Amino acid sequence: MTDPDIIDTLAGLAPSSPLALIRNRKPVTREQSQASYRVLFETVEPGDVTLQERFAVATFVAGLHAQDEIVDFYADGLARTNPPEAFVAALLAQATLGRASGPYGAYPRGRLSAEDVAGPIFRVTEPHPGVLGARLNAALAHAHMLVFHPRDAGATALQELLDAGWTNTGIVTLSQLVAFLAFQIRTVAGLRALAVAGT
Amino acid sequence: MTETVITHPEIKEPVEFTLATLDWLPWLAPPEEHTLTERQRASLVDAARSKSAYFRLLARDPDILEARTRTDKDIFYNTSSGLPRAERELSAAATSRYNGCIYCASVHARHSVTYSKRPEDVQRLLDIGVSADLGECWNAIVAGAVALTTTPISFGPEHVRRLREAGLDDAEIVDVINSAAFFNWANRLMLSLGEPA
Repeated sequence: MTDPDIIDTLAGLAPSSPLALIRNRKPVTREQSQASYRVLFETVEPGDVTLQERFAVATFVAGLHAQDEIVDFYADGLARTNPPEAFVAALLAQATLGRASGPYGAYPRGRLSAEDVAGPIFRVTEPHPGVLGARLNAALAHAHMLVFHPRDAGATALQELLDAGWTNTGIVTLSQLVAFLAFQIRTVAGLRALAVAGT
Repeated sequence: MTETVITHPEIKEPVEFTLATLDWLPWLAPPEEHTLTERQRASLVDAARSKSAYFRLLARDPDILEARTRTDKDIFYNTSSGLPRAERELSAAATSRYNGCIYCASVHARHSVTYSKRPEDVQRLLDIGVSADLGECWNAIVAGAVALTTTPISFGPEHVRRLREAGLDDAEIVDVINSAAFFNWANRLMLSLGEPA
């Protein structure tokens, strides 16, 4: 594979750094993490989710994680899809508004209810719903739930996506994309902490 | 054709964390087994997964399913170097416990028991949660997994130091990170596309 490894790049690992060499011991993990990025963000058959939607959701999700360098990385990808300026501004503003502290949410009623943690339910706020459109408004609300309070998920949340024009297959792709980012961003953050800790 | 969700009002959902084997029911229609394309079958990696509603649902997007599955298998099954299986499974179980994925926690708590032979400690993790005292090495792994699971992420050099003091080298700490990070992927799919039963 000749393209730059995204996790190494975002974690700031030089190819011969000790942590890059540790990652090299598990080439399948490295290659398949990279392949996951490529099939989500460089696919030539985007199917039911456009590349602009993919990069828009990724920019929002990186923003919710307060990871500025990863926001810039996905915002660069978004820029390659030629979005209107107001669209990008709306997305970044909503990512800032959406910040919270997770994981929170409710358990099925019972003994675990004592562990329920309250937290915000996100909806795109004025004046941005008109700029982002119904499909993306629904996708960002869903992405926020997946990022911060996935145990609140339910069939109703998926019905809201269907009602906003998402297909079953599009929802699977969207869910994979947000969930993959939760993995990628944590892998990067973990490697960075390990690099900062020194030897 | 307008698509709608599938609900399961008749099922009894589990209301606590358990080592028992659970079922999982999808909220979106998975492709029927006999309709899977060659590409979809290949994306399952293990042919037997065509019996699973969860994997058939994910096979609606075969490219990311295949990459996800190969990442998963290598992080957990490749023991050519790094952390033993038991501690990788512990990291996955602690992540699932903290995110609140009853299904994922049950699977990986069982794996953790199988490889560690420490059923009482794993049961305490399920019953009490991530603050359970499991001995310092396991406590350090659980604390690291939890710090990686918060949003924003709170894992920092202090977690690395604690893991090193517990005896882990950097390759083993990378395995703690990979296992916890991967379950932040898996938990979100399992929790949001269907429910345990």
